[in-house]
Amino acid sequence: MIENKKVHKFGMVVDLDKCTGCGACMVSCMSENNVPFKEDESNKKDSITWMRVYKLTNGKSFPETEIVYLPRPCQHCGGIGDHGHSPCVSVCPATATDYGYDTGIVSQIYTRCFGCRYCMGACPYHARYFNWWDPKWPKGMENYLSPNVSPRMRGVVEKCSFCYHRYQLAREQAMIEDREIEEMEYQTACTTACPAGAIVFGDLNNPAHKVHQIVKPDPHPDPMNHKVVGKSRNPKVFRLLERLGTNPKVYYMSDREWVRKAGDNYLKGEWENVKTHHGASSSHG
Amino acid sequence: MDDALIPEGAKRCAFPIFMIGIVIVGAVLLWGVYAMFLCWFKGLNQTNMNDYYGFALWIWADLAVIAVGGGAFFTGLLKYIFKVDELKNIINFAVIIGFICYSSALLILAIDIGQPLRGWFIFWHANVHSMLTEVAYCLSCYFAVLTIEFIPNILENRQANKVPFFHHLAHNMHEVMAVFAATGAFLSFFHQGSLGGVAGVMFGRPFAYREGLLIWPWTFFLFTWSAAAFGPCFTLLVTKITERITGKKLVGDKTINLLAKISGWMITTYIIAKIIDTIYWAFVTAPSMGFKLSHFYSNNGLYGYWMLITEVILCGVVPGLLLINKSTRENPTTRTIAIILGVIGVCLNRWVMVLQIMAVPVMSFDTWALYIPSWQEVATTILPVAYGIILIAVAYRYLPVFPQELELNESADAAAQNG
Repeated sequence: MIENKKVHKFGMVVDLDKCTGCGACMVSCMSENNVPFKEDESNKKDSITWMRVYKLTNGKSFPETEIVYLPRPCQHCGGIGDHGHSPCVSVCPATATDYGYDTGIVSQIYTRCFGCRYCMGACPYHARYFNWWDPKWPKGMENYLSPNVSPRMRGVVEKCSFCYHRYQLAREQAMIEDREIEEMEYQTACTTACPAGAIVFGDLNNPAHKVHQIVKPDPHPDPMNHKVVGKSRNPKVFRLLERLGTNPKVYYMSDREWVRKAGDNYLKGEWENVKTHHGASSSHG
Repeated sequence: MDDALIPEGAKRCAFPIFMIGIVIVGAVLLWGVYAMFLCWFKGLNQTNMNDYYGFALWIWADLAVIAVGGGAFFTGLLKYIFKVDELKNIINFAVIIGFICYSSALLILAIDIGQPLRGWFIFWHANVHSMLTEVAYCLSCYFAVLTIEFIPNILENRQANKVPFFHHLAHNMHEVMAVFAATGAFLSFFHQGSLGGVAGVMFGRPFAYREGLLIWPWTFFLFTWSAAAFGPCFTLLVTKITERITGKKLVGDKTINLLAKISGWMITTYIIAKIIDTIYWAFVTAPSMGFKLSHFYSNNGLYGYWMLITEVILCGVVPGLLLINKSTRENPTTRTIAIILGVIGVCLNRWVMVLQIMAVPVMSFDTWALYIPSWQEVATTILPVAYGIILIAVAYRYLPVFPQELELNESADAAAQNG
């Protein structure tokens, strides 16, 4: 169960060895969150994809070529030391993006955003999108818009909210029934849509949740890099650009070493030293 | 036709010739205004910016004009606070250039934001942690200060000055100008710095990120320092251009050489700090995040080491040395080369700290993002240049901008009359 009175830290882990790159997470995300699309979607650098699937290769030629698909939602960073000063939240001049200390979710207040795009520049994951055009849907498709998510106007930034409206609905229902919300009551659209079950979502603070059990987040600062908190103690689990100290709440998992290595940047020889390091309580070597 | 408005004793070209020039530049201005309205009414889809390239050409122009406009606050600081009286001969012009630069910067910001009608949210919902909030406050306040500094010069127009109230107002404003100069220097220190901080605090972007002092990254101090160093170069460059166009000597060599000397020492000290910062970033900060220096300068069609060398050596070390050396400083050719290189250098620095940041890939599987601006972006970026030319032309024609003008051109005018 998700205990209402405790501080949550919602996050997800994506099993990259299970992901087939089918794109169901992207489609469900767009549908769930009323994400508009362009008539011509060929230029991917200005189309809005809260969840974007990247294709990575190991760079080797046939027959050793390997491919992995990496779904990338907003990473809901906790910032250096996990104090809530995410790269984007700390720079927004109008407090239009905020860090929820009770959920760990980075929100976006569309009606307050005035479109300076500083948050986009600060985000190394390209998880933030600008509405370059007025939102439009083909005739009839407006009927399919979700009433729980406000569409965004031209000129503001938007991004994945971990389907926050689903959390609100679950929280309200639990409150009315005077109980705590269940783990499966709050799940993001991408999690529920993934046919391979590659995405696991829940409260990283709750040991009863599957995401916690897989990630085993280390609550202490990483002795090798004090900016990093919440490093996974699971040797197969990693985060994107963890070294920067962004402290994302989206974790990835793979058996393959080259995939785990692709999650960050390493100087020559560094990977050999860090690949067996998994938080403060792990042993080296 | 407009003789009554022209400063007493000053020679100006015939009104029709003046108007032909204004109309030509005005056409460019209108082109920019048209593009500006397209961006306002149709949105930023008129640009070639995208989600990888959220800051683009005109934000570079914004930072560049603020940097080169730094000549106003620094010259004011030297003249009114450090009592370098010789600079009275160029202070009016420095203020006008600053006024143009800062009003242009504010206009660019108004075009750049996706929801222009919500621009005031930056003040109303201010996030005290954001460097951009600091930029907005200090920039707006300093523009108000520059307007106050410009007003006495406007009131000194031959006709306006006949009105006793305006005459006395201008006189009294001159008397208290030290207060505004000090305020301007204070505000400029913070907004120039916070513009540097905008890049330096982005810890998710290893190309931009710098460590620093307390809450201020090193780029905070480098931006302020470089604006004070290269701003006077731009003041000198525009003075030189104005002299070439008008065919007159407008500022005495003593003043020019003094400002060039101060600029030279500022550039030299700045570039030493910049080199130290670059070395520390290249060998400590970036590697701690997993990046080799070569990552930022390879595997793309534009950004190579040439950029770093041009900025730091050719347009930093070279102009600094040329301007601190007496013989090269007092030689008009080498002095002009130095100030041109200086202006290019600071503009290149702002380019790197805005556009290259966006271009460099951060995730290991990401690629370089290169970007070509649309004509609307080019037009709106040229707009401030056209506006600046027109304002300088009008100010030069109708206001006593250069106190030495009559004295420096006396003999030439007499020769022309005798001839």
